[in-house]
Amino acid sequence: MTEEQTTITMEKDELLGAVSDFHSQGYRLAQICCTALGDTIEINYSFDKEYRFKNLRLSIRPDEEIQSISIIYWSAFTYENEMSELFGVKIRNIVVDYKGHFYRTAVATPFVAPEPDAGNATEKE
Amino acid sequence: MSQRNVIPFGPQHPVLPEPIHLDLVTEDETVIEAIPSIGFVHRGLEKLVEKKDYQDFVYVAERICGICSFMHGMTYCQAVEEIMEIAVPERALYLRTVWAELSRIHSHLMWLGLAADAFGFESLFMNCWRLREGILDIIEATTGGRVIFGSCKIGGVRRDIDDETMKGIVEKLGTIGAEIGRTTDVFLNDYSVQHRLKGIGVLSGEEAHALGTVGPVLRASGVAMDARKIDYAAYRNLKFEPVVEKAGDCHARCRVRVREIFQSVDLIGQAARKMPGGEIFVKVTGAPNGEFFSRVEQPRGEVIYYVKANGTKNLQRFRVRTPTFANLPAMVKMLEGASIADVPNIILTIDPCISCVER
Repeated sequence: MTEEQTTITMEKDELLGAVSDFHSQGYRLAQICCTALGDTIEINYSFDKEYRFKNLRLSIRPDEEIQSISIIYWSAFTYENEMSELFGVKIRNIVVDYKGHFYRTAVATPFVAPEPDAGNATEKE
Repeated sequence: MSQRNVIPFGPQHPVLPEPIHLDLVTEDETVIEAIPSIGFVHRGLEKLVEKKDYQDFVYVAERICGICSFMHGMTYCQAVEEIMEIAVPERALYLRTVWAELSRIHSHLMWLGLAADAFGFESLFMNCWRLREGILDIIEATTGGRVIFGSCKIGGVRRDIDDETMKGIVEKLGTIGAEIGRTTDVFLNDYSVQHRLKGIGVLSGEEAHALGTVGPVLRASGVAMDARKIDYAAYRNLKFEPVVEKAGDCHARCRVRVREIFQSVDLIGQAARKMPGGEIFVKVTGAPNGEFFSRVEQPRGEVIYYVKANGTKNLQRFRVRTPTFANLPAMVKMLEGASIADVPNIILTIDPCISCVER
């Protein structure tokens, strides 16, 4: 094992509090990513401080909305716009919200449709 | 009050080898806001993992980028090896380290050339790329490829480097290193270069950390973070400290990369001296079941591979957070308040690799 990695599972209501704790402890936002797992979407928020790698994990239903952490970590806006566009994750209050235009792909997004309703896809200009 | 204009920058632009678009909101000659957008060459490689055998996928991972291709393959292999608890032979770890550092040298030389081209120093650009050819020759001689090495596999590496060849590589790097030193002196000391880069695109250490910046961009702002300190591959057995500069401007980012070239030469020398004998791979059977975030210090900074597997031959999720993606927010901040004439230099000093970003 090259490094120990801790994963903390939480509910979406606890997200901002937990992220604030990491921020106040001086952790760097390393990445955010999501994984479509059948009827749930798993989101990992990763932080690093002096090579200690920690994850916050959130599991939500595709139709659930979560709060953006970009008010705490401004740089989260790129990750959150990506999740919103490619996976259809509903995220509220992103500080720089592209509203579906961060990825200028020729085909409609999201690529991983959270619901069978194709009407969620947005046509790119 | 000056009139505000929006200047589209990219996706096709002379300083951009790859497509990214920026809407530059300007007042006169000053950038007020920069709004990036990507997706022009989105390839969907992350999704492809659901259809490829996890062992074959190394070939795809290597093709995410044409500059740090080996490190992409290595990071992927490392992730799967961690999940499957594979003990990779020590010699293979040293060989991975040597190829990774060769990749860093050629990437930084390529960047120095592109930077010289961006500020109009054509002869310096050509000299950097001439020197890079010497490194590519070593890579070709040891792997058979100049861009895609094809040397990494899950469980070790595909090719060995015999001791005599390794000795020759160290000697050749000594010769090329002296030549590189004469060229990089221009970047460090030339008045014209300093005039174009010093005091431009300044990012403080606090800002760099808060923006999640990685790699030379972070270290040029005084933050000593280098993912090689996580002790993957053979780095745990090599002596080095992260290269740090404090000014946080374009010239500091240039100085970090110059110093890292010589650090890489030193690391290859150390690896050659300490490399043990033995096998270069172990046979891998079965399928991974679990997850891991694999981190490697690429030339542009820390890359993170998230691999999630469910015990089948196809992975459940493969996600790449590239260093350029992590550095986009910092680039946006650096561009605010910059002169339009400095925009190309500022963008270049994060060493953007859009091919990686678009994975």
